[in-house]
Amino acid sequence: MSRPLLDVRDLRVSFPVRRAGAMPWTPPQDLHAVGGVDFTLKPGETLGIVGESGSGKSTLARALIGLVPATGRAEWVDGADLVDLSPRQMMKYRADIQMVFQDPLASLNPRMNVGQIIAEPLTTHRPGLSRSEVKARVKEMMERVGLLPNQINRYPHEFSGGQCQRIGIARALIVAPKLIICDEPVSALDVSIQAQVINLLIRLQKDLGLALIFIAHDLSVVKHISDRVLVMYLGKVMEIAPKDALFNASQHPYTQALLSAVPIPDPAREADKAVVPLTGDLPSPMNPPSGCVFRTRCPRAQALCAEAVPPLEGTDRRTACHFPGPLTEAEIAAARTEPA
Amino acid sequence: MVIEQDKMRSLADTMAQAEVKGRSPWADARKRFVRNKAAMAGLVILVLVTLFAAFGDYAAAWSNEELDYNVMGQVRELGAPSIATGHYFGTDDLGRDLYARTVQGTRISLMVGIVGAAIAVIVGTLYGATAGYVGGRTDQIMMRLVDILMSIPYMFVLILLLVVFGRSIGMLFLGIGLISWLDMSRIVRGQTLTLKNREFIEAAQATGVSSWRIIMRHIVPNLLGVVAVYATLLVPLMILTESFISFLGLGVQEPLTSWGALISEGAATMNYGTLWQLAFPLFFFCITLFGFFFVGDGLRDALDPKDR
Repeated sequence: MSRPLLDVRDLRVSFPVRRAGAMPWTPPQDLHAVGGVDFTLKPGETLGIVGESGSGKSTLARALIGLVPATGRAEWVDGADLVDLSPRQMMKYRADIQMVFQDPLASLNPRMNVGQIIAEPLTTHRPGLSRSEVKARVKEMMERVGLLPNQINRYPHEFSGGQCQRIGIARALIVAPKLIICDEPVSALDVSIQAQVINLLIRLQKDLGLALIFIAHDLSVVKHISDRVLVMYLGKVMEIAPKDALFNASQHPYTQALLSAVPIPDPAREADKAVVPLTGDLPSPMNPPSGCVFRTRCPRAQALCAEAVPPLEGTDRRTACHFPGPLTEAEIAAARTEPA
Repeated sequence: MVIEQDKMRSLADTMAQAEVKGRSPWADARKRFVRNKAAMAGLVILVLVTLFAAFGDYAAAWSNEELDYNVMGQVRELGAPSIATGHYFGTDDLGRDLYARTVQGTRISLMVGIVGAAIAVIVGTLYGATAGYVGGRTDQIMMRLVDILMSIPYMFVLILLLVVFGRSIGMLFLGIGLISWLDMSRIVRGQTLTLKNREFIEAAQATGVSSWRIIMRHIVPNLLGVVAVYATLLVPLMILTESFISFLGLGVQEPLTSWGALISEGAATMNYGTLWQLAFPLFFFCITLFGFFFVGDGLRDALDPKDR
């Protein structure tokens, strides 16, 4: 069996938070943004990560790339632990892992032209390149992502959102990385532009053999691009499964609730869709529920759920639930009648 | 109509390949600035004053060191501004040519203003950007140091410096430079804090760009708008400070002079009917301050179009 490109085990990120009005000597409380995430990523594979706002998706991405301190292990294909590396050692891997950001315009420096923006990773990691060679590579990459190379001297504000995201993608690709982490790369774009950008990512992935970690809260986008999907809730993995298994026969009640909330663009079918209502809000990550973090909103929660944390079980499809399985009609009905 | 297809095709090819010139935010700002009439008028005034300081000497009939023995003692009667005697702005109390003296004073005052502002821009920007970008304890220590320096009554310190180490231009620059960067570093730090969490900074960090390069390439260029505006408003402030010190008699030393010193002399002899001794230095002083304020205002409007 080939080694995975990235093997993440028990990755945790917590931020110390001072409560408003707290005395200086009281120790700050920990906010567990990511509380023990496990997954593996094969070379050339796309892993979709979905979850509500505040479920720790973006923090997970930032931890992998070393922007926020984390604990646990994230083993790269050559055996190095990305979490444990010093900034100097990490430099070697930064060229292998690149990131595409959510807000296309905000992720580009308004005072730099496109050529300078795209060239920045290149000049950082390959300082020996001559100026003309850098320019040639930038132009080649612009062509590759569907930008006109003669626009190299333009500034970000002269481009549309979709074009800006292409610039962001070109910047990520210029150092020939092995993994690109896309943090909601299309959520700020129009639907038609979304499709263009996603298809561009898929095409580039095929051409270059990239692995992608694709974070989104739009399930249909994730379904389109991913090989496997990881569902997060309150900093924990609820379910990881191959795309088809997850979308057609999910085992975790949370995944089912998420999937049932996706609108169907057909009024007739939309009307008699069985929506699993989730009552209440996401619990505070400062003070997560005991046991299973989802139990406060789960239609199937029982006493055991409050006592023990469900382990992530399974080989190909892994589920963290004491009582996995599709929700029955009766459970859905019961969840609906329950007072909010 | 016959169209030469080959020619058209080659034209299309060259057009597709020629690099399009980008419209940088700076170019946009320049366009807005040029359209601003008050700011352009201010700029013209400043250019004229600078030319006057640089080349005014060549038009002078008298040097600033010569005494005109004919007018001595009869300055009120014979020292008035006149083309015939060569004293275009009249003479001062000692019979020195006021035109030459004003040129000399303008030079010194502009130099004090620009050097003071330059120190503020360089030191203040780097200090503030570093404190803001690094953050945490470093930021705390650096900014508390600024607070401490700010709490010292600087005019008092400046006067003490000039009294203890002797009155010299160098000491004046040092004193003004020491205090001028404090405000700038605070403003820059505040701006840096808002920039620091923008995604493009995060993108640079994720790629592994060094902190120094992030500050120089990403933070400082985005700060320059604010810095430029503040710097143009700082120049007249420096000139005013120097003039005040010189007015007190502690600034530049004879035979050097500055606007402040000239105005002070002119004010002292106001009662003897030699009003031109006050009017000419004061005129240059005022129009220069106006010029700088208009230009500063124009820059603010040009660089920050949302703020209007």
